[in-house]
Amino acid sequence: MTLAINILLWLVVGTLAFIAAMRGRVLFNDGARIGVMEFVLLLPRIAIGVVGSGFVAEALPNEWIAPWLGPESGFLGVIIATLGGALTPGGPVVGFSIGAAALKSGAGAPQVIAYSTAWALYAIHRLMIWEVPMMPARVVWLRAAASLPLPFVAAALAMLLGRP
Amino acid sequence: MVYVRDGRDHFFTILFGDVTLFAEMLPKVLAGCLIGAFVTLLLPRELVARWVGHESGFAGLLIAAFFGFLLPGGPITIYPVAGAFLVMGADAGAVVAFIVSWTLIGYTRALVWELPFFGPHFVIWRIIAALPLPIIAGVLARIAVRAGFEYRGDVK
Repeated sequence: MTLAINILLWLVVGTLAFIAAMRGRVLFNDGARIGVMEFVLLLPRIAIGVVGSGFVAEALPNEWIAPWLGPESGFLGVIIATLGGALTPGGPVVGFSIGAAALKSGAGAPQVIAYSTAWALYAIHRLMIWEVPMMPARVVWLRAAASLPLPFVAAALAMLLGRP
Repeated sequence: MVYVRDGRDHFFTILFGDVTLFAEMLPKVLAGCLIGAFVTLLLPRELVARWVGHESGFAGLLIAAFFGFLLPGGPITIYPVAGAFLVMGADAGAVVAFIVSWTLIGYTRALVWELPFFGPHFVIWRIIAALPLPIIAGVLARIAVRAGFEYRGDVK
């Protein structure tokens, strides 16, 4: 599975690089340079995220998760999960690894979906660090406000769809 | 904290697991970065702006959501592109749909980050539940704009 995804991803890279090379050497060099630079900039963050989050997940209070976020926790669990997602700091990996750990410790799937959706859409640190510097601030707040109900919608749809 | 609580062996088991996971992620992350860079350079932006401008209506939201799904890359690439769309005349609703779609159903993010943690079953299930969300957010944003929310002053 992992290998298949790797092959697929690199096929896409190859195709895009080929198109860029056809359009001109400068474009190809720019693309490769920007891509590799972004990768190098991301590396330390990912390293900290992955290694750190393994410990965060391990340190999570397991006995606390099941009653508050378990399948029986219903809508209240979804609200708690949404709040937790909005307040979770850290890079792209932390939210997913906490979600996965919570799932293993007995959290319900809709609650985990609400958590990772809220974390992906409006984790407060991300709005501050990424979005506000790069986009007009009022559009960022508009987007965050329009996203507020989405974790609840996602959890409700997940409940309708049944277990994965 | 884990070291103190569970002892040295447990600490190294977790550390080793994390480092292995990290090593498995690297080629995917590099691929994602390269895809993002090339697509950003190759994408005919003017065309996109025309498709998702003020007059684009519901179809514009669908197109924006689809592009959010299609366009790979991290926040480093996506927010500047979204900002550029705004400057070129895309409306706020379309940009909201675009960002939400990229955040929730963008495939590179799911492949690179989510899959190693959750496995394919859960990820596919979550993405299905997320499919209508970009449109909902885009419609809500347009309602807010129509109700008098002013954002153009911030767009340079």
